[in-house]
Amino acid sequence: MFLVEYIKTVYNACASLLKGMRMTGYYFFNHKEIITQQYPDVKQELPERFRGEVVMIHDEKNEHRCTGCTACELACPNATIKIVTKMELQPDGKKKKALDTFVYHLELCTMCNLCIEACPTGAIKMAQTFEHSVFDRSQLTKKLNAPGSKLMEGVE
Amino acid sequence: MISIEHISQALHETLSASLNATLVLLIEMAIAGVLVIGLFAVLGLVLVFMERKVSAYMQIRLGPNRVGYKGFAQTAADTLKLLIKEGLTPDGADKFLFNLAPLLVIVVAMLIMAPIAFTKGFQLWDINIGVLYVSAVSSIGVIGILMAGWASNNKYSLLGAMRSGAQIVSYELSAGLSLITIVIFTGSLSINDIIASQQNGWWIFKGHIPALISFVIFIIAVTAETNRAPFDLAEAESELTAGFHTEYSGMKFALFFLAEYVNIFIVCAIGATLFLGGWMPFRVGNLEAVNRVFDFIPGIVWFFGKVFALIFLIMWFRWTFPRLRIDQLLNLEWKYLLPIAMFNLLLTTIFAIMGWHF
Repeated sequence: MFLVEYIKTVYNACASLLKGMRMTGYYFFNHKEIITQQYPDVKQELPERFRGEVVMIHDEKNEHRCTGCTACELACPNATIKIVTKMELQPDGKKKKALDTFVYHLELCTMCNLCIEACPTGAIKMAQTFEHSVFDRSQLTKKLNAPGSKLMEGVE
Repeated sequence: MISIEHISQALHETLSASLNATLVLLIEMAIAGVLVIGLFAVLGLVLVFMERKVSAYMQIRLGPNRVGYKGFAQTAADTLKLLIKEGLTPDGADKFLFNLAPLLVIVVAMLIMAPIAFTKGFQLWDINIGVLYVSAVSSIGVIGILMAGWASNNKYSLLGAMRSGAQIVSYELSAGLSLITIVIFTGSLSINDIIASQQNGWWIFKGHIPALISFVIFIIAVTAETNRAPFDLAEAESELTAGFHTEYSGMKFALFFLAEYVNIFIVCAIGATLFLGGWMPFRVGNLEAVNRVFDFIPGIVWFFGKVFALIFLIMWFRWTFPRLRIDQLLNLEWKYLLPIAMFNLLLTTIFAIMGWHF
């Protein structure tokens, strides 16, 4: 019957609305579990695989594992990485290609992780920093190898 | 016991003793105007803060908590920001109407303040057709919104204004019919008579089912009339950017924002007056001791308590229900609320004639 259907619709509408209000009312009066993170005061533990920026791994003797092979430069889809190499004289008198400067343009990087996957020696990794804002964009062009750092022994 | 009624009477007597009647009237009008503007400012600050906190708590957030103690100065800081912002008028806009619209909206809100009784003997204008006056004047507000939408020279503004017009005109009907329920029970349109008739119990309890139904219809209709979610199609941030006040900035935008919150206060005050007894204290049957205790609480506390309870209810709606589509909105009014309100009117008349209410 039409009237029964009509009243049923009204009843169901009211019941479902009250159900929703019970939920929000419960949250209002039981204000315990809060999802707000008060960011600058309380910093969250970031996940292990969070991609913030590319950094080069240096050990305590200021040695890195980058051979200057430019695999990362080739893998990069938007020319974020530029590797400058130099010829270094070996103790046995031979010349060998070595890393001079690892230029990293943070402003171009999309954190795609392809360079890290391409690196044959595991010289670079993703860091967990994410507060990258600076006043001038030239500061976003970074030199990743620490000054005076050398290639680690035995890394080819 | 000192009360607001005594203060206003004493003021009137002191003024009358030294000045002539016209000057006394002018001074009293000025005082009333300052009080109303002051109330508006305080309401704007309090209600915006309340809304933000209520929404935050309902969404398991914290809400504003940086400016001032626990964020209490947040709305004051926001107002200050709006004051120093540029009040931009768009190029193709009708400048006169564009600047007039926010004033019209706020003036309408001020006009409805006139017959509201805050406590015993504290009322701006004791008009004998108070309920009619309120329902008549409150519909002028839609002109301000239409004006703002039209003058902005913006398609979103115009769409929002048109939606708002359709919505307010529709929901006026059921809001008016639900007010008539109480008028039938009381037999008077005067706000003071309606409050006096609730001395032994509020209408929502005394009026049995008809009063309860009309209270529910009233709350739904006024939520729609004040353009609040779930009926906020006129603003609809996600589809019309902000509806009729898209082009407004600075203090003109602040006036619209203030008018929205003042309108909520006013409709809740009307609801509290008609259904929840205005400033009348709560009555529990024959328990004289409890009633005596309730009498000691001043009327103004009862009034503001009831109004803020209703405002909280409307905020609860806003942060729970999803927005309606325009056809659903009109369906709700014309297929559900209006027939039910009309049937309810019949039921009320039967109840009133048979004397089934207390």
